[in-house]
Amino acid sequence: MAVRHHDTLPLGQRPPLLRLSHVDKVFGGDVVALRDMTLQVNQGDFISLLGPSGCGKSTALRIISDLMHPTRGRVEWEGGQGQGDLGVVFQEPTLMPWATVAQNVWLPFRLAGKSYAEVKDDVLEVLRLVGLEKFLNAYPRELSGGMKMRVSIARAIVTNPRLILMDEPFAALDEITRHKLNNDLLQLKAKIGCTVIFVTHSVFESVFLSDRIVVMAARPGRVLTELQVDTPYPRGEAFRTSADYAAHARRASEALREAMGEPA
Amino acid sequence: MSLADDRGLALGGTRDEDEIRRARAARVERTAKWALPLVIMVLAILGWGWIVTANEIPHYILPGPDRVWDSLVTDWGILLEAAYLTGWITLVALVLAVVGGAGLAILFNQSRMLELSFYPYAVILQVTPVVSIAPLIFIYVDSKIAGMLLCAWLVAFFPVLSSTTLGLNSVDHNLRDLFRIYGANRWQRLRYLQLPSALPYFLGGLRIAGGLSLIGAVVAELVAGTGGIGTGLAFRIQEAGYRLNIARMFAALALVAAMGVFIFAALSLLSHLLLRKWHESALSREG
Ligand SMILES: Nc1ncnc2c1ncn2[C@@H]1O[C@H](COP(=O)(O)OP(=O)(O)OP(=O)(O)O)[C@@H](O)[C@H]1O
Ligand SMILES: [Mg+2]
Repeated sequence: MAVRHHDTLPLGQRPPLLRLSHVDKVFGGDVVALRDMTLQVNQGDFISLLGPSGCGKSTALRIISDLMHPTRGRVEWEGGQGQGDLGVVFQEPTLMPWATVAQNVWLPFRLAGKSYAEVKDDVLEVLRLVGLEKFLNAYPRELSGGMKMRVSIARAIVTNPRLILMDEPFAALDEITRHKLNNDLLQLKAKIGCTVIFVTHSVFESVFLSDRIVVMAARPGRVLTELQVDTPYPRGEAFRTSADYAAHARRASEALREAMGEPA
Repeated sequence: MSLADDRGLALGGTRDEDEIRRARAARVERTAKWALPLVIMVLAILGWGWIVTANEIPHYILPGPDRVWDSLVTDWGILLEAAYLTGWITLVALVLAVVGGAGLAILFNQSRMLELSFYPYAVILQVTPVVSIAPLIFIYVDSKIAGMLLCAWLVAFFPVLSSTTLGLNSVDHNLRDLFRIYGANRWQRLRYLQLPSALPYFLGGLRIAGGLSLIGAVVAELVAGTGGIGTGLAFRIQEAGYRLNIARMFAALALVAAMGVFIFAALSLLSHLLLRKWHESALSREG
């Protein structure tokens, strides 16, 4: 698996990957889900979209993944978007219940016309990365919620995509599992050097994971401000209890409160 | 041994007993599941026999179970041949219903215009009682066999069609999005997403279709009468009725019922085998 290590570069020096310019999305003529969203995504970024319910976070991801066209504005990939450039993880694991773990992870390749034999090594490697190499032939219903989410992540990274979109992937998990998966996600990202856009409601999750936090507000959905978390990776349990972490979390909380229309 | 230890043991003991009680309850239920219906059947047959002897009911009105049994034994050759014909019609019609029902469902799923045009007619065929269509069928279809197959097919294909249609449209929307993101074409979406999603629905429809196919075959026989093709169970029932051979009527009826039960059981088993690895309906969780 080719590794790109732009995330070791300082924020200002990373090469561009994707740009949203003045994106609007209006549903049914009057629901403004997004207004004038401009976002420059650079290679190696870990961006969190943080904001109250209904501020258009999922809509932004759907537009980036081309499941939805913007009402106005553009999404441009640097050098165009190629096959396998995008991986997605939804809030639910979204696995095919009739297929084994290995078959689920094979899916992106299978849809690209590649036989299992051709890509078996890649499938095994990502399953090793998420710690599920022993569950190759298990069916989803035999796995716990956290394990299913790991399979979902493995499927998202198996094509070695340039960008991974995650829409509240850990929201339905218990706190212990969520912390564990947060730690693992950072390690994974360091190993494969991809770019991540991560939607969350949680201030703490966004501070722990990302180097850029895009704070959004609702009615109409819009970008309010962007915060940077300059604490270098790797980040571990020590970061969670540091004063640095608390300070970032306070800043993010204040921005989120403002986004929700309450006095800071 | 201290008091605390004692209590610990006692507590442990209760948990074990609980466990044992639960296991015993499960075992009892498993046995009861087949034993109770059997007991009810034996009681019903005994009661039936008792009513017949106690009231001295003549056998041409209500034969006792012993006479029905005799008829089963002595007429076994005739009945078996009849069961063979009815079973054959039922089975072939069911296979055709699966091919037609599932095929139409896939076709409708691929073309909304086709679905809009023809689905209402499938419904009309379904809601019109087959007994009222059957006489017409035998006017226009020369071959008795073909007519009977058509009758049975008419009643059996709709549940397959409607449940498969429902299944093909019941794809998890996130999975659908995922397939779109990965650029799946129509064929891939059908093959890897919609067909597996529809399988449990299809199998549910199939189980219903199995019973209906038998009903269709029986109705068709009653309407078609006999004529060069041998005779099925339904015809034997009718014929025995004309001759006041009530015992044979019961014997043939028992065979039809047994056939229905067998079809249902076989299709349930098939469904279980196909789904047991992944589907919720085939789960057997403890506790
Ligand atoms: N397909 C749609 N049709 C109509 N309105 C929609 C549609 N999708 C989203 N919306 C509306 O657009 C707004 C933004 O929705 P979106 O799902 O992007 O919010 P979100 O930030 O992801 O919220 P949450 O945190 O609850 O997931 C909401 O008001 C929502 O009701
Ligand atoms: Mg959302």
